[in-house]
Amino acid sequence: MGEEMDTEYDVIVLGTGITECILSGLLSVDGKKVLHIDKQDHYGGESASVNLSQLYSQFKKNPIGKDEIESKFGKDRDWNVDLIPKFLMANGELTNILVHTDVTRYVEFKQVSGSYVFKQGKIYKVPATEMEAISSPLMGIFEKRRMKKFLEWISSCKEDEISTHQGLDLDKNTMDEVYYKFGLGNSTKEFIGHAMALWTNDDYLQQPARPSYERVLLYCQSVARYGKSPYLYPLYGLGELPQGFARLSAIYGGTYMLDTPIEKVLYTDNDSENGNFEGVQTKLGTFKAPLVIADPTYFSHKCKSTGQRVIRAICILNHPVPNTGDADSLQIIIPQSQVGRKNDIYIAIVSDAHNVCSKGHYLAIISTIVETEAPHIELEPAFKLLGPIEEKFMGIADLFEPKEDGSKDNIYLSKSYDASSHFESMTDDVKDIYFRVTGHPLVLKKRNDEDAQEE
Amino acid sequence: MSNPITSIKLVLLGEAAVGKSSIVLRFVSNDFSENKEPTIGAAFLTQRVNINDHTVKFEIWDTAGQERFASLAPMYYRNAQAALVVYDVTKPQSFIKARHWVKELHEQASKNIIIALVGNKIDILEDNENERKVAREEAEKLAEEEGLLFFETSAKTGTNISEVFLGIGEKIPLKGLEDEHNNNGLNVTEDQRINLANTANASENASACSC
Ligand SMILES: Nc1nc2c(ncn2[C@@H]2O[C@H](COP(=O)(O)OP(=O)(O)OP(=O)(O)O)[C@@H](O)[C@H]2O)c(=O)[nH]1
Ligand SMILES: [Mg+2]
Repeated sequence: MGEEMDTEYDVIVLGTGITECILSGLLSVDGKKVLHIDKQDHYGGESASVNLSQLYSQFKKNPIGKDEIESKFGKDRDWNVDLIPKFLMANGELTNILVHTDVTRYVEFKQVSGSYVFKQGKIYKVPATEMEAISSPLMGIFEKRRMKKFLEWISSCKEDEISTHQGLDLDKNTMDEVYYKFGLGNSTKEFIGHAMALWTNDDYLQQPARPSYERVLLYCQSVARYGKSPYLYPLYGLGELPQGFARLSAIYGGTYMLDTPIEKVLYTDNDSENGNFEGVQTKLGTFKAPLVIADPTYFSHKCKSTGQRVIRAICILNHPVPNTGDADSLQIIIPQSQVGRKNDIYIAIVSDAHNVCSKGHYLAIISTIVETEAPHIELEPAFKLLGPIEEKFMGIADLFEPKEDGSKDNIYLSKSYDASSHFESMTDDVKDIYFRVTGHPLVLKKRNDEDAQEE
Repeated sequence: MSNPITSIKLVLLGEAAVGKSSIVLRFVSNDFSENKEPTIGAAFLTQRVNINDHTVKFEIWDTAGQERFASLAPMYYRNAQAALVVYDVTKPQSFIKARHWVKELHEQASKNIIIALVGNKIDILEDNENERKVAREEAEKLAEEEGLLFFETSAKTGTNISEVFLGIGEKIPLKGLEDEHNNNGLNVTEDQRINLANTANASENASACSC
């Protein structure tokens, strides 16, 4: 656009996925001069929400035209389909970051109506209140009492008051030992471990109880915050989140360039093997910074596979999911043991109530970790719960993580978005990268802009 | 009982340095700064004005420079009820850009968005009419064709600035009380919308499990 522009920055960020956008926003607020680039022409990278034309061209070999799409599904622009399904925990870290950075000004949230769990061929609402718990068919009467004792322990356990621990050591006792102490049966264990602690497999049973304890506590606190379910979801889809943090970054001076592929990464001594990051070359010029933050797609040779692959199936429905009381949004967890698997299957369902699809439609996104040579068949139990499906888009993603921590070459890479149903592992990654980049832990302060006079 | 309040999301568009932020600063704080830095820090301002016996609260979104490399997010246009498309009357290039933004708004923004075309910096013409590089007639013609409000302004002297916002306020269909954003309640409304910023209202006793 014929404007002269700065070529030296404190940080270059590549990719506008949510991880990168949060870091970009936080660093700009810290006063760092940030240049944020995406090779694609829209925000969000892997965590974008896309319209139907984009979805068809990304997933189908012979995508149908826009006219045909619109005659079937209504206006293309009414659709904002998430590529990665997740919900926010109401009391989770992403909520915390949103509130402290005031990005809540740009994004509106709704509660997710319910959380369901699959048991012996049927789905049941995960009780959100004591009343629901008493009437829930998920547990027998005696088991309910034991469950109540367990939950009382969770909420009363205080770090520095040994008496509240009831003889359990969160760092020594395994979670299975905790269950044993409260006399909880297998189906309750499954319920707590998978529907509340949201573990995707049973490895946690033999591990120290602390992380499980923390996860159950987070679940309970999240439910207590607004009722109904522990989850929140942004209007217009998850793609609003990276956009909101990008705006935060821009307001604090961050420079944004979309649709700008990286032609070349520059290293010190021209040594791409052992050199340090020096800058990037693009169609708009060469830009330099002492460090770069990027998603794995920008530095694939510096990433390795985690060994896990996630299959995701985006389904368009023209009816609510059966047996959910016509809920406009919900999560269904199919615990692994119920369907003879090692990993749980998740279904995230949202609808026109969230401005993510045209009127009368529902979007269900199924995801799980691939275990066999025929991954689409692994999703069968989930398809069965949804009723008739208008259209299906399936994709398999390899999960990547950086080989190194960035201290050697000043290249700090994020991890791929995992199969979990919420953002807690993503925010862990954000905090970890923030620490490695700045040398100090992330402390969230209330944003303070004098100019913005709010009443 | 106070007046009913209608909140209006208003977005600013226009080439760099045409005076977008200065127009907002004049409107919100009745202030002007000769050496205004490119927009940093404040890109979300609110200002109330009374129109008849109704209060209109403008929620003003400045671009924060994201328009510069074609990097404006869809979020920016989303639900905007009004837009100011600003050009500099002494810069023909900025008027070409304004045409582009009007087109973009018709494509991206909601159908009934109210757009005001604003030719800024007319104070410069007072000393020397030769500085004018965008004819008033040309801009009026664009406004007519595209159904835009049209004003020539100066953020420096304040000429026509409040007229722009009042003009928009008068064209906005006023809503009743029920649509007002309630900033004091828990804001878990009928349709389950949540005001996250209201931490104080979230259940204090969050550690007590209600499961
Ligand atoms: N003479 C005169 N100068 C003005 C007027 N409005 C703004 N300026 C000056 O024009 C320059 C740019 O104004 P800004 O308000 O920062 O412009 P902007 O459109 O917000 O610019 P960006 O945020 O960089 O896109 C500043 O030096 C202002 O002082 C005006 O009405 N008359
Ligand atoms: Mg500005």
